[in-house]
Amino acid sequence: MAEYKRPKLIADSPSGYCPGCLHSLATKLIAEVIEEMGQADNSLNVISVGCSALNILYWGGDFLSVAHGRAPAAATGIKRSNPERLVFAYQGDGDLAAIGLAEIISAANRGEHFTVIFANNQTYGMTGGQMAPTTLIGQKTTTSVYGRDPETTGYPFKMCELISQLEAPAYVARFALNSPKGIMDAKKGIRKAFEYQMADKGFTFVELLTNCPTNWKMTPLQTLDYMNTNTIPYFKPGVYKDKEADK
Amino acid sequence: MLRINPILCKSCGYCIKFCPKQILNMGSERNKRGFFYPSLTDSDKCLSCAICASVCPEGAIELNGEDE
Amino acid sequence: MGEKRFMKGNEAIAEAAVRGGCRFFAGYPITPQNEIPEYLSWRLPEVGGSFVQGESEIASVNMVYGASAMGTRAMTSSSGPGISLKAEGISYLAAAMLPALIVNISRGGPGLGSIQPAQSDYLQATKALGHGGFHAMVFAPNSAQEACDIVYESFEYAERDRNPVLVLMDGCLGNIMEEVELPEMKEIKYEDVPEWSLSRRNGRDYQGNITPIYTEPILEGLNAMAGEMYKDWEENDVKVEEFMVDDAEYVIVAYGIASRVSKEAVINLREKGIKVGLIRPITLFPFPKKSIKNLDYNRVKGIIDIEMTIPAQMRDDIELQVMGRCPVYEYGRSGGCLLDDDGVREAIENIVCGGGENG
Repeated sequence: MAEYKRPKLIADSPSGYCPGCLHSLATKLIAEVIEEMGQADNSLNVISVGCSALNILYWGGDFLSVAHGRAPAAATGIKRSNPERLVFAYQGDGDLAAIGLAEIISAANRGEHFTVIFANNQTYGMTGGQMAPTTLIGQKTTTSVYGRDPETTGYPFKMCELISQLEAPAYVARFALNSPKGIMDAKKGIRKAFEYQMADKGFTFVELLTNCPTNWKMTPLQTLDYMNTNTIPYFKPGVYKDKEADK
Repeated sequence: MLRINPILCKSCGYCIKFCPKQILNMGSERNKRGFFYPSLTDSDKCLSCAICASVCPEGAIELNGEDE
Repeated sequence: MGEKRFMKGNEAIAEAAVRGGCRFFAGYPITPQNEIPEYLSWRLPEVGGSFVQGESEIASVNMVYGASAMGTRAMTSSSGPGISLKAEGISYLAAAMLPALIVNISRGGPGLGSIQPAQSDYLQATKALGHGGFHAMVFAPNSAQEACDIVYESFEYAERDRNPVLVLMDGCLGNIMEEVELPEMKEIKYEDVPEWSLSRRNGRDYQGNITPIYTEPILEGLNAMAGEMYKDWEENDVKVEEFMVDDAEYVIVAYGIASRVSKEAVINLREKGIKVGLIRPITLFPFPKKSIKNLDYNRVKGIIDIEMTIPAQMRDDIELQVMGRCPVYEYGRSGGCLLDDDGVREAIENIVCGGGENG
């Protein structure tokens, strides 16, 4: 008989996320892992800009809200001055793979001892669904109304693939949150990343494929199928780097 | 026992889709914020697998180890 | 007597920061401030602090934002172009009410400008360090010793106000070598973190959060609070040096490097019987309004704004206090060309004797 208790690190009230949004699932998942590790008081959430910032009203633990794209820089300052804390940055795709590209790559390359959770839903949700650096080829957004054209906008950024090429990161993995198995794997991945962090193994990066029912203009259930047929074939889930396993 | 907190539900339907026994159904009542929320149709068949709870984005479903 | 050393202005800033309790620095190389990060890269680890060479000025100021949120005394330094890049982060520091020390060793501008010294960042420093209408206290020391003393105390101001503090110097003062008497090392204890910080080293057992984003009525209240704070600064924190102003017929207003050259000119011209004096703002914000406003304009025939930038940037602040009661003149060099004794003295003589053009 399984048990499930709603984590206390998230507010008693509903999240600010739209129905079916996997941001809230990701947030809940992180909260579960931290509580299971007994790190609720020791954890610090570095909240970025975008829909991820809705966690300001939802996250019940310590948090620092930071400028767009700069979470890995702020987390560097936090972790360097308080290395005993469990520090993680929660960033969306616009935040991490566009405006904050220098910050994420450089923090990963320095091997900073914190974790970045990257929620990739291929759109700028908060601002109304513009094209993101991870928007799929052909995907329609408010700034790519005929579908993303690689001739003029290039190709979706594969962040796990990029970051796993660097020497310093200890753990780099991608999971899809559109199935019970994906969710269970993601939880294990987040836990591993946090454990590596607390054991000072280096930089850890977990990408979570999420959705945006509102801006994809689909029902929540339709987004799960869309992810299976479109998102997952391009952004392949898996462990891209695990320093411990590679030994 | 399965407990669904109607206040937190946003009617996404993930729990219904992934219930291995297909014993969750969208109800006809709305919560305060206007969302329909699911209910258990046949609690005897429930495996207490907690898949519904784990896929719920809002954490609206909880599961106790023992019957209440 | 404290320890005396022969140091560059930049090095004095770095050592004074460490002794003032700074335990985190992040910055990006830019001339003419490189001695600050270079010094701190080995000095901070010696005292258990942390030095990070950031991937950009933007990242660096945000690293400071993170460290400061943990209650760690943190600073960054740069020069004009880099301060522009830090503008976002400085605005966020002010919004999140986080203390920090920002040092600008300024150079010629605009744009990449020149790497030679200039005082071209007065307006940026005092009027718009970033978006959103906030201010930081701006100190403008004119010697390595004064830079040391101000930096040493700057963290106290920053923590008192929970607001960033800016120290504005130019490349001359950053690189000039002078005798500096160093203050005692302030003791930093592990549990010595401000109550508001996100650190748990102080034994806090409740949730803590810091954010630069607010909902409407709260933000208006915070804006008003900041406004009150700026008024308090004007009442209590103005620092100014007045030199031979009591009987002066012409009063020079100059800060930083320009004030040193101007003081020399005042001494020379006094020997010739010309009654000039000098008002030197040490705080540029809050500006020493009263020193200029309360001059006896029955005696004072002119105010001369001397800056190492063209056009003069402090002039508007001066004219608002003069209120048309006497002419305001300006003299300067710019773009990396330095003010020199002869040039400044002649310029003042021309104004005093020749009744130089108003403006």
